[in-house]
Amino acid sequence: MQTVKMVITGPFSSGKTEFIRSISEIEVVSTEREVTADSERREKDATTVAMDFGRITVDDDLVLYLFGTPGQRRFDFMWEILAEGMLGFIVMVDSAKPETFREAKSILETFRAYAPTPYVVAANKQDHADAWSTDDLRIALRIEPDVKLLPCVARDKNSVRDVLLELLYSILEDMEA
Amino acid sequence: MPIQGNLRDFSTTQLLNLINLSGRTGILRIFEGIPTGEKDAMQKPKLAPGSERASIFFRQGKLVYAALNDQIGDLIAVLNKAGKLTDAQARVMRERVKGASDKALALRLISANYVTKNDVVNSIQQYILDIVYNIMTWNQEPFRFDDGAQPREERILVPIDLEHVIIEGARRLQRIEEITQHIENLDMCLKFPENPKEKFEGVQLSVEEWRVVSYVSPKNTIRQIAKQNNMTEMEIRRIVYGLEQAGLVEIVRPQTDGKAAQAATAKGGRGTTPGKPRQQPQVQRDVVTRLIDRLKSMQ
Repeated sequence: MQTVKMVITGPFSSGKTEFIRSISEIEVVSTEREVTADSERREKDATTVAMDFGRITVDDDLVLYLFGTPGQRRFDFMWEILAEGMLGFIVMVDSAKPETFREAKSILETFRAYAPTPYVVAANKQDHADAWSTDDLRIALRIEPDVKLLPCVARDKNSVRDVLLELLYSILEDMEA
Repeated sequence: MPIQGNLRDFSTTQLLNLINLSGRTGILRIFEGIPTGEKDAMQKPKLAPGSERASIFFRQGKLVYAALNDQIGDLIAVLNKAGKLTDAQARVMRERVKGASDKALALRLISANYVTKNDVVNSIQQYILDIVYNIMTWNQEPFRFDDGAQPREERILVPIDLEHVIIEGARRLQRIEEITQHIENLDMCLKFPENPKEKFEGVQLSVEEWRVVSYVSPKNTIRQIAKQNNMTEMEIRRIVYGLEQAGLVEIVRPQTDGKAAQAATAKGGRGTTPGKPRQQPQVQRDVVTRLIDRLKSMQ
């Protein structure tokens, strides 16, 4: 059986776990732990400390694994391990939290340095009233025009599916180039 | 959809660039930051928007007006600041033309030969730019951009291309950064070079510079000199930098500074050195196509 892997990365609380949970056919193997710092607790109650793990079975011979990276910097030693052998990666950005944009850009650059694989940027929480539009986010994050920056609502399966499809199209284009 | 955030995460330069590139019309408001006691997603103290400190207006990606809330900002104030009206003239004018719009006032001043049309336009432009360059040095304030809003009717709008503002603003910021980096530590002292008399001969210094020079002594730190002269950190840095570049004073650096800098450079950090590129997986086109088909079939 062949397995392929995609990595979902992004800052703390950007929606990586929810993204995987929305589309995985198995209960996400989540390594979330209760958040200890009060300030982080306000964002969410649990955070991913090692990785999230989801699966989509294509057929008897092919399985797609989705790995979510831990969002907090103190677990970033895991990133390089998770990036190994990935087919492509998705950078999740919380569109309503501009304080995380710089961190998102830094994570994007780090992952680009790990492997020259295709990637897309998912502008999550587009249903939020304070969300920055994808056009504004592209300028804010200095995303080049040829990189896909896609609107996303991580708890909506169709939205997640569309982001994954766009990444696969990019991978395909990359192969054909 | 409003754009909101904090200048420490998204600087004024970046905001101007965004507004310029997207050709926006609207108002950028900058507020006093009120600590909420909470932390944001990046663990920095959360600042809620307090009272408005400044507003900048844009029309189709061009800067058209700017105002600081603690300044009057009408045409009389603008011309007074530009030296086109004396303090006394400004006072009298304010009494006489109470309630008149800037546009009506400009027409009266021009027809009375107080000022020319160019004086008005240039003074407004300079006034707006001074405000924007000042705002570009702010780095802690909450902001909010709302599409559509325009300044009050009575204001004279002078459209200014943002490209130049961004370039000049960035240049000024860079200069400030350079000076700050050069004189990072205000606990250093100043001393005169050898043969100070020769060096000072024929040199014309401003009052502020003389005030600093009068305190130069290996016993006084730059911080103490600033305090004595009631100067901000940036003001004292700028003056000391100028004096040092002119060879009129020397900075006595603590020896540990160099070692600390070396240690910091040697330490490096994540992100500065990209990791070694990994081997890409050998995946066939067929695999990707099958993945696409599978995802498409998911509802």
